[in-house]
Parts: sequence; C-alpha cells; structure tokens
Amino acid sequence: MIELREVSKVFNQGQPNECRALRKLSLHLERGGITVFKGPSGSGKTTLLTLIGCLARPTAGRITLDGRLLSNLPERFLTEVRRHTFGFVFQQFNLIRGLTVLENVMLPAYPLGKPYRELRDGARALLDRFRLAAKADSRVEWLSGGEAQRTALARALINDPAVLIADEPTANLDSALSREVLGLLLGELAMQGRTVLISSHDPLVFEAVQVDRIIELHDGRMVGDSQC
Amino acid sequence: MPVEAGKCDCHTTPLLLFPTAADSAMRPLLERQKYLIDYTLAALLRRKTRNLGLLLVYTLLVFLFASVLLLSQGLRREAALLLQDAPEVVVQKLVAGRHDPLPAAWLDTLRRIRGVSSAKGRLWGYYYDPAIKANYTLMVAPERELGADEIVVGAALARIRQIGVGDYLSLRAADGRPLSLHIIGVLDSASELLDADLLLLSETGFRQLFQLPPEVYTDAVLTVRNPREASTVAGKIALALPASRPILRAEILRTYDAVFHWREGMTFVALGSLLLAFLILAWDKAAGLSAEEKREIGILKAIGWETGDILRMKLWEGALLSLTAFLAGYLLAWWQVFYGGARLFAPVLKGWAVLYPDFRLTPTVDLQQVLVLLAVTVLPYIVATLIPGWRAAIVDPDAAMRG
Repeated sequence: MIELREVSKVFNQGQPNECRALRKLSLHLERGGITVFKGPSGSGKTTLLTLIGCLARPTAGRITLDGRLLSNLPERFLTEVRRHTFGFVFQQFNLIRGLTVLENVMLPAYPLGKPYRELRDGARALLDRFRLAAKADSRVEWLSGGEAQRTALARALINDPAVLIADEPTANLDSALSREVLGLLLGELAMQGRTVLISSHDPLVFEAVQVDRIIELHDGRMVGDSQC
Repeated sequence: MPVEAGKCDCHTTPLLLFPTAADSAMRPLLERQKYLIDYTLAALLRRKTRNLGLLLVYTLLVFLFASVLLLSQGLRREAALLLQDAPEVVVQKLVAGRHDPLPAAWLDTLRRIRGVSSAKGRLWGYYYDPAIKANYTLMVAPERELGADEIVVGAALARIRQIGVGDYLSLRAADGRPLSLHIIGVLDSASELLDADLLLLSETGFRQLFQLPPEVYTDAVLTVRNPREASTVAGKIALALPASRPILRAEILRTYDAVFHWREGMTFVALGSLLLAFLILAWDKAAGLSAEEKREIGILKAIGWETGDILRMKLWEGALLSLTAFLAGYLLAWWQVFYGGARLFAPVLKGWAVLYPDFRLTPTVDLQQVLVLLAVTVLPYIVATLIPGWRAAIVDPDAAMRG
C-alpha cells in the first residue's frame, strides 16, 4: 500500500547547516494495523511521517501509494491525497487558537463544502466519542493537554481518512493522559480497520499490546523492523 | 456522512481516493465560500485591535478622497446647471488686450450679423469693499426694474455684512462721494454658488457709482438663432469688429470645469502624503504575515486545505476589510458633502475669497466615480493581502508549520 524506495530527506541542502534527516530509507507498509516508529530524538521519525503524509517532498527516492507515485505529484493533487487519505495528530496539537473545539474539528472539511448541518453533526458525533461534547463551544486555548490532543484526534478523523498519522501523540501528556489518548488511538481506531502510523519514543506506546509492527530508526536509517 | 462510532466503511471502499474532475466540479461552491467567509471573519476578529485600527485609518482615507471627489464633481455639476441659462455669446471690447467699455453703437453692428437674433448691452463690474476685504460683483438687472438707489444683494454678502432687507449699504463712488443704497431684497440661497457676492442695482445707480457715460456698456450678450452655430457667429463678430472678443457659453463652462479640476488636483496632491502613509501602513499590516499567521497557513494546508483555499481565504480577508472601509468611508463622505454642508473641503474647493457661498448640492451617485474610487482604494489592499498569503501557501505545510 505505502512504499518508500531509497528515500532521503536533506534540510538546508548545500548550506553550512545542512541536515540529513533520512538516508536512503526503503520501507513497505501494508493496509491496516498499527505501526510504531521508534527511535531517539533526531532519528528521523517525524520527517518520515511528514513524507508519508505528503506534508513535504523527499529530496531523493520514490514514495508510492497503492502503486501511484506521490513524490512528484503536483501540489494540488498532493493536497487532495492528503485531505482524503491522511489524518494528522501533531505533537504540538497544532489547533487554531481563537476558534472553538467544534470549529477546529470541522476545519479540515471546510474546503469540501459539505452542508453545514451534516458537517456539524459529524463533528459533534466525534466529540461525543472522545468525551468532548461539553467542550464543543470552548476555545481551544482553554483546554487541558489531554483535551487538546483528543480534539486534534477528532479533527484528524473528520474527513474519515484511511490512514491516521500521529507524531509523538503522548510527548506533551502525563502518564494518565497518555494512557487515555493511547487507548483511543490504539484501541478504538485500529479496530475500525484504519491504518495507524505512530512515531514515539515513549515505551507506553511501543510496548502496547495492540501494536502490530515496530520500526526502529537511528540517524535517518532503519535499524530494526519487528512484527509483534 | 456524519462519522459515527463503529460505522466506518474503510474496509469496503478503496483505501486511496483520487477524486476525479467530475467530483471536484460537483463541490458545492457556495457552501465552501460560506465556510471560508466564516473562517475569515473569525480570523479578523482574532486580531481585533490590529484590524480595527487598520479599518479606521482606511475608512478615513476613503472618506477624505471621496469627499473631495464628490464635492468637486457636485460643484461642477451645479455650475453647469446654473450656467445653462447663461447667454450663448458674450462680446467684450479689448484695447491692447485689456477689457474696455463697449460702445453702444456696437450693438447695432452685432444685431446685423447673420445668425444673431438679439444683442443687449450689459453693465457689471467689481467693487472692493475694504470693510470686509472682499470683492462684490455688481450687476445691472433691468428685468427687476430697480429704483436708482435700490439694490438686491447675494446671501453671502448679506450674511457677512450682517445686513438685510430695509437696511442701507453705503458704497464709495468713482468720484469719491458715498452712495447710499437701499436693500430691497436678498437673493435666494439656492443659486448661491454663482451669486454669493452679487449685488444687483439699477442702470442709473451703476453709472453713478462707476461714473460711466451713457453711451458705453461693460459688454454685450447675444442670442443666436441656432446655438450650434454659435462658434460660426463668433467668427463673424471677430471679422466685423476686430477689437471685439466673443466668448461662448461652452468656454465659460470649460473655465469653471478647469477651475474645479485644478482645485481638486491641488487637494489630491495635499492628500497624497496621507495616501502614501496609508499605503505603508497597509503594506506593513497586510503584507507582513506574522509567524503565527504563517504557521496557521501551514496547519490549514496540513489538514487538507489547498493553496487555492488559502488564497480564497486571503481574498475574502482583503475584500471584507477594504469593502467595509470603502462603504463606510464613501457613505460618510456622501453624507458630509450633501447633508453636512461639506465643511471639510468647502474652503478649498469653493474658493470665492472671503465670501463663501452657502448652498446644498443635489445628492447624486456617479457609478463611474464609485468604480474609480473602488479601484484606487480597494484593489491595492486586496493585492497586498493576497501576495504574502500566496507566498506562505506555496511552501510545504511542514516547512510552513516549522516557520
């Protein structure tokens, strides 16, 4: 389903501060299941998820999705793929301040032009599912870390994506909140047949029983790949 | 479809969706625009202080420019309306290029010119009143049948001299003797644009004041049978009376037009520095996206917004702010010019030295003028908001979020 062939990513290429985040990495990811990318900080986990999720382009190599080459698609088509195939949960939540929880969840669907009632009901259903119904009209800057991450999770699912990408979803949460968010990510979502890709160096994540595959990265290279 | 727990159909549909062109065309465009406007309004309100400040300055600028445009155009229109009844041809006598009294004998010569239906001698002149340091325009009005010491004065003149019907106005005659004139009427303020400083008197009174002999006039006014032939008649007059200077009504209108255009231009030059200051402010506020705004654009792209959606959002942002400012500024200017007495620019645009006319312009809206003002004030701002939005939107979402 997702295939990476000798993918490299270099930031600030040709400059004194050049940084090789990924080095000729090849990988094959099947549909469904939970895959965790683990490794120390700076190992290339976030960059890898960014490339898979079409948030950036590789410096070299090819990325295909169900056999279709993504790495050289024009921006417009890349956005379409991103919108319909991927849902993102970021380490820093990346919610839009000043908007309510409900508005943040609805935001990815605005360009689709769905009827308002349908969109709002869908967003409310997600908030119900993540026990955020009472916070629907609260501004996101008033939320706790766990609530913000659950809002981000609901936002990632509003367009019903096939692949959910979560970058360090527990990095800014304490243990109790981490367990709560992880429970939602690993339990309920993977049960629905979604492909879940998580980057983390939190043992709570990669030691969870629901994880199907762990890929270990170091210095931009894959140094381990184990099925659980 | 609302997303409900346990009802995801991910297994039954192909995993990857590449929407077709037909799908894109089916998108409910209107709904999309509503969402974009909704988001834009929320974004504008989130930066309330900055946007409110910008809106106020913008409104003020539109107000000032629209005031000048509306007032000067209103003045030109009003002058043209009032001059509709002006004589088609005026003939003056020149001596070495200077105006000189016109001999009464010229009137017969003028009447004999083919195409001229009537020729009348006119008596008028200027009188400097040191009391108010202003010039009056004195004119004989035979149709009013005024007595030798009777006069009718313009509304502005009456106002500034604080005189009215029944009062006496004393003028110093050319021979040095004072001439006491009885005011029997004040001219209607509706025509004040042209007769603010006017003083109407009898022929006897005029000749007495200026010590003018009975066989001369200030100039002559002609009516022609076919107004379209006025310029041909003027040519014939110049041939028959080489010392004459025929002036056509169209030339008088052109002069008024040029005077108002000149004043309008001078005012715009004075406002130029204000416009420049606004452009710098607008560029700074609209063009310089903050790190937070850039990051926000990155987030929107990451969650599925296209570059086009960002541009449309920025377009709405620029349009909402600039159109609101334009509407507010233009409506304020319109009210100020047509109902508020145009106090702001009247001293510059009306002129008339000391005697400013007090009159109300007829409220009108000139579509062409509105469009020009719209293009000058709204379009640059929209462009200033679009360009930085586009620059931020074309970078990869990941790079935009990292800043």
